[in-house]
Amino acid sequence: MSAATATVLVFARVADLLGAERVSVLLPPAPTAGDVLAALRALPGGEGIPASTRIAVNHCFVALDAAIGTSDEIAAIPPVAGG
Amino acid sequence: MSHSAIVEEPLDPARLMGLVTADARGGVVTFVGCVRDRNAGRPVLALDYRAYRPMAERELALIVAEAEAQWADVAVAVEHRLGALRIGDAAVVVVAAHPHRRAAFAACEFVLEQLKRRVPIWKREHYADGPAEWVEVAL
Repeated sequence: MSAATATVLVFARVADLLGAERVSVLLPPAPTAGDVLAALRALPGGEGIPASTRIAVNHCFVALDAAIGTSDEIAAIPPVAGG
Repeated sequence: MSHSAIVEEPLDPARLMGLVTADARGGVVTFVGCVRDRNAGRPVLALDYRAYRPMAERELALIVAEAEAQWADVAVAVEHRLGALRIGDAAVVVVAAHPHRRAAFAACEFVLEQLKRRVPIWKREHYADGPAEWVEVAL
């Protein structure tokens, strides 16, 4: 597998930092959720992404070592504030 | 019998209670979370709730299913509101009904605490004394 781009949905503070609600990132071969977070942090403004930001794949939270498919619906979930 | 939803309209606690009360469920606990006029000492004018809606709906339904698995015979109705809310508006309503009070209280608190940890909803507060900010909640 070679490097590939993936679209990531971003929300709230992360969307403000990156200036968009969906961004494209370049991922390494056999990417993980942790690679997605690292790629987001490398974007302009991305250094301010909160440490506790989680990754969701197809509407489910996943661990940082979980494998990512570039056709999955990938989202970065900053600390939530419902209730 | 249980119910969960993310909505944009004003919340109606009585309607949600009506969804889960039944002759066998004598304990009904209703929690209503309303917009406070201050947060961390700062005066709040209004706020906006946003969500990653398909995931928020799925996660909320999952939490209700977990409550049903943990407390046999419980019925839960929960709704969270999105959009622009004013001080005093209800942002979230959780109703848990069970044959006995302890399970009703416990299930209601469980659903609310899990919602606050897991459901992808964010709020942006507008302050009297500075620019609007996304809130990070200390659990």
